Amino acid sequence: MKADNNICGGLYTKKVLEIFKNPHNYGKIKNADGIGKVGNIVCGDVMWLYIKVGLKKDKKEFIKDIKFETFGCVAAISTSSIITDLAKGKKIKEALKISKDNVIKSLGGLPKIKYHCSVLAVDALVEAIFDYFSKNKKKIPADLQKKHDIIQKSKETIEERYKEWA
Amino acid sequence: MKNIYLDYAATTPVDKRIVKAMLPYLAEGFGNTMSLHSFGQEAKLALENSRQTIADLINAQPNEIVFTSSATESNNLALKGIAFANKNKGNHIIISSIEHPCIAESAKWLKRQGFKITELQVDKYGLVSPEDVKKAITKDTILVSVIYASNEIGTIQDVAEIGKICKKRGIYFHTDASQSFGKIMIDVNKMNIDLLTASSHKICGPKGAGLLYIKEGVRIEPLLHGGGQENGMRSSTINLAAIVGFAKAVEICKKEMVGENKRLEKLRDKAIKEILKIKGSHLNGHPKKRLANNINMWFDFVEGESLVIQLDLHGIACSTGSACSSATLEPSHVLLATGLKPQEAHGSLRISLGRWTTEKEINQLIRVLPGIVKRIRDISPFKKHESR
Repeated sequence: MKADNNICGGLYTKKVLEIFKNPHNYGKIKNADGIGKVGNIVCGDVMWLYIKVGLKKDKKEFIKDIKFETFGCVAAISTSSIITDLAKGKKIKEALKISKDNVIKSLGGLPKIKYHCSVLAVDALVEAIFDYFSKNKKKIPADLQKKHDIIQKSKETIEERYKEWA
Repeated sequence: MKNIYLDYAATTPVDKRIVKAMLPYLAEGFGNTMSLHSFGQEAKLALENSRQTIADLINAQPNEIVFTSSATESNNLALKGIAFANKNKGNHIIISSIEHPCIAESAKWLKRQGFKITELQVDKYGLVSPEDVKKAITKDTILVSVIYASNEIGTIQDVAEIGKICKKRGIYFHTDASQSFGKIMIDVNKMNIDLLTASSHKICGPKGAGLLYIKEGVRIEPLLHGGGQENGMRSSTINLAAIVGFAKAVEICKKEMVGENKRLEKLRDKAIKEILKIKGSHLNGHPKKRLANNINMWFDFVEGESLVIQLDLHGIACSTGSACSSATLEPSHVLLATGLKPQEAHGSLRISLGRWTTEKEINQLIRVLPGIVKRIRDISPFKKHESR
């Protein structure tokens, strides 16, 4: 197997470590329009994502501000930071298209064992947008509802598995 | 400032005195100890001198020392070798719940071969109760294996007491002393130890050398069959340079152990005292019955990997649980066994000191750690509960 020069100590890329050292957009947004809470402390990663929604000139909603609070490993903190960079300023519809692969690519790669952290970041964004839609009694697009249901279901599975520890 | 190494429990740098002792055996002293000619005989002499030096440290006879390639190999040999040689006597093996994976996984494998395994629980300090050992022994028990001092939390077991119980019941007693050999005075006879594992690279010797002490008369099967080296217990051309280095490491430990332990204990206790001043910090392991070089802490709402990488970015090398567990995402089984919840075990930090650890380095650790813990908590959603 060829060693990847981009991976420091065989684990994280330079980009991941840089972001981990100086994460962007961490903290809370008071009166956030939507909050996405994902992860489970028993598993070691908890991510909270706050969004503030604005209106573009064409009346389309966009992510005006976004912040995160994360308990977790280097990968969890870096994916949290990168998802805020990727989503900030994007129209909601576009933000929902951000995939785990976008997250991984933007970080210059992630160890396979940490791929779930990129999923966690995407899920947190989906949940924050879902929260915004439900709070404002907006019609929830079918694919957003579907994503939300999948996230909730896996959350329940994990909680069930670890309930004796809670 | 130079990078600070505080991960001696993972491995140690090789002492220059040891490198010097080894060098001749990498060059002109290359002979095969099994050869009859002078090259071979010289190698054989160096091997047997090394064996004598090492046997002396634990009050063993030279013929009771079998050299291996690692502590992992020694532990595999101890468990599987005893199991196979004594299966007519019984099929029950007792281990503790805080063993190194090379014991725990060997036991699991033996279970799949039909052996019965009992895992003894530990108390909140990681101590096995000798009383529990007594209770766990059945008529089918052939072996008890308990780690001498924990590689993760540093807790030192009451080995002599467990040895006494095993002797009384006529059951073999093995202890994995990888972290305590060369650091604590061990007398295999006084402590009734039948088998003991030790490793060179934990005491400033080279990697690639380990040993299994096997008391004369113990029935055990080898794992490696071949040319019959090591009294037939471990066929393989021996790694002479590494073994000579191992012996030199032992010689140095013997001379320096007492003073070194005092020095490290002082540094350890100072660090623990200072780190405990951080809100929501806790000590893992026993406050007194612990290795002089081991510190293990956990912090509320701090994830261990983030902590280790932040410290590394500040030039300080520590680890979470053990070096081997870095590849998995599971919280440490040792910490869970002491009663920590997974979310608490995730926040653990192991700091292990050694021969070149200075007070200046410990001061630097104490200086940067509180800020790093605070920063990680600042990013976390739980910071408001920090002082729960």
